[in-house]
Amino acid sequence: MKIKKKIALIDQHDKNGFWGGKFGGSFIPETLKKPVHDLAKSFAKLRKNKNFIKKRDYYFKNYIGSPTPFIKLENLSSHLGGAQIWAKVVSEANGGAHKIYNATVHALLCKSMGKKYIVGDTGAGYAGKMLSMAAKKFGLKCKIFMGVKDIKRQKPNCIAIRKNGAEIVPVYTGSQTLVDAVSECMRYWVSNCDTTHMCVGSTVGPNIFVKVCGWSTSQISRELKVQIKKEFGKIPKKIKLINCVGGGSSAYGFWSEFVDFPKTQIEFIGVEAGGPKNSKLHAAPLSKNAKLGVLHGSASYVCQNKDGQINETDSISAGLDYPGVSPIHCFLKDTKRAKYTYATDESALAAYKMVTKFEKLNPSLEPSHAFAEAIKIAPKLSKDTIIIVNSCGDAKKDKDILKKRLGKY
Amino acid sequence: MLLSPINIAFKNCKNEKRPALLTYTVASDPSKNKSLKILKSISEYVDILEVGFGHSTPIADGGQIQTSSYRAIKNGFKMKDAFQIVKNYKKLKNTKPIILMGYYNMIYQYGEDKFINKCKKVGVNGLIVVDLPWPENKKFSKKCKKKSITFVQLLSPTTSKDRLKKIVKDSHEMIYYISMLSTTGGKLKVSPKKILKNYNKIKKIDPKKNYVIGFGITDKTISKLKTADGLVVGSAICKEITKSLNKRQNPVTNVSNMVKRLKNKII
Repeated sequence: MKIKKKIALIDQHDKNGFWGGKFGGSFIPETLKKPVHDLAKSFAKLRKNKNFIKKRDYYFKNYIGSPTPFIKLENLSSHLGGAQIWAKVVSEANGGAHKIYNATVHALLCKSMGKKYIVGDTGAGYAGKMLSMAAKKFGLKCKIFMGVKDIKRQKPNCIAIRKNGAEIVPVYTGSQTLVDAVSECMRYWVSNCDTTHMCVGSTVGPNIFVKVCGWSTSQISRELKVQIKKEFGKIPKKIKLINCVGGGSSAYGFWSEFVDFPKTQIEFIGVEAGGPKNSKLHAAPLSKNAKLGVLHGSASYVCQNKDGQINETDSISAGLDYPGVSPIHCFLKDTKRAKYTYATDESALAAYKMVTKFEKLNPSLEPSHAFAEAIKIAPKLSKDTIIIVNSCGDAKKDKDILKKRLGKY
Repeated sequence: MLLSPINIAFKNCKNEKRPALLTYTVASDPSKNKSLKILKSISEYVDILEVGFGHSTPIADGGQIQTSSYRAIKNGFKMKDAFQIVKNYKKLKNTKPIILMGYYNMIYQYGEDKFINKCKKVGVNGLIVVDLPWPENKKFSKKCKKKSITFVQLLSPTTSKDRLKKIVKDSHEMIYYISMLSTTGGKLKVSPKKILKNYNKIKKIDPKKNYVIGFGITDKTISKLKTADGLVVGSAICKEITKSLNKRQNPVTNVSNMVKRLKNKII
């Protein structure tokens, strides 16, 4: 298994849609074959279409607010000693998280394909909020599928979704979290694929959804590359790009432009959700060595039992609370281009506390997992090491959880 | 060439000038023992029995089958239970062909070859894998054929003409036509007339094969579709089990009565 140079990772799959010969694919019911095929065809055409790219860039700049800031966390760095810690503040994007890139592109695709309805899944509520925003912006009718447990714990985003005129469809099945929301959304699409476009909220699902999402979020690293060069004059010798990984869409976008650099120069560290400290439950299929399995239309490492039933997961962060992960991250893991680890609920909370104490930054619980890793390793590293954390979401949505767990927000 | 038990079942029905009746129940729903009892009690009215191995993240099942699957899993259902149920059912004197149906991950975790061998050993006659479409299923389907297990291809109203031909060509003796764009158990949103029109077009591609219609078939709609080679009732039965449990009635008797009624509507 090898990564090819000069080809975007999203395009490094074989003709059956598998990365590294075994991750990804399209394990879908027959009914979805046609809409998935149509979407793949449209996407292949549109991504080469100059007008479409122009449109995308226009909305990325004027609607999403690209580029998002790249800042040094001076206080945190000097407090910890060791490496310099920087942040790519993607949470400054319109709506407050990276999910807006994928949502905007899907809305544009939906419109180009002449469909009027768009549906999507959400865990933390950001994918749902952004899709509802994009739907409103482009005049599409929108339904968001969300687990009942997540509706309760991510209230601010739910309010935003409804304000944008979208309907939230509560999902009561299974663990009532993201995994069930994705299943229910796919089931809805099976029944309505003739009129409706589906947006999968991360780099997961059947092959084409991994590609569209990765293509959208890669804007993050395109910006970052320019910003790094501007800041340092060239690409520094020792960079560590730390990103949280649930489905893996923000990590993909944060890393994609840098894949061809040697890993001794630019290292990728993905941080999964380790769950509560003393619990067996987690949402860390990569770092806890889960087995290969098929979930939601693609093959990836999946938290599952011996029989192949999907395990329940647990994480304080709804956005990372997912038993599977992007096939591309499985590919990056097995080719050893990226390293994956996890942070527990408790260390994410501690990281949130520390970051907000020293910096004017308010990372949500998802990137707080990445900050936990940065805080852990920074003191041991030299001053010329540049750690960059993707602060990919804003903590406003976590208000209730933070109040409960830390006593204040 | 020897006819497969599935082929014989269809042939018998054709001789009786009626469609084959296929039922779908979930292994270990409502319990391991009761699901076996249900199979035994409906066996005489049914031509082919589909037995589902429930999965925790089904992407094509409607509410009724989901409920049945979750109930089975909650009751401790394991893949080996499905095999045991089939094995025990096949100890009856006059048994009907059994088709196991489920999602690919369960087969993948069991190991494709090991799974097919086990099927062969306990007497499974056919397999339906919901999320392993053509052409991805070509290799697996060939493996099944080698062991004389019928791999049932699915067709849907969205399947393109070109694709229809290729799938029919690669299919074994039985093909499953999904009546409408829906998960299982949806309300029939297309008229039976229209379903049959599509169905007959497909049937013409290779009239020698047996085509069954499924999704949305209940005791209200079944008689209007009886010109098909076979009709599958699944969600309606799962719903009956749920209803029986809620009313503290015996699901075995209730399901058996229901299947008898269904049979009467197509003869």
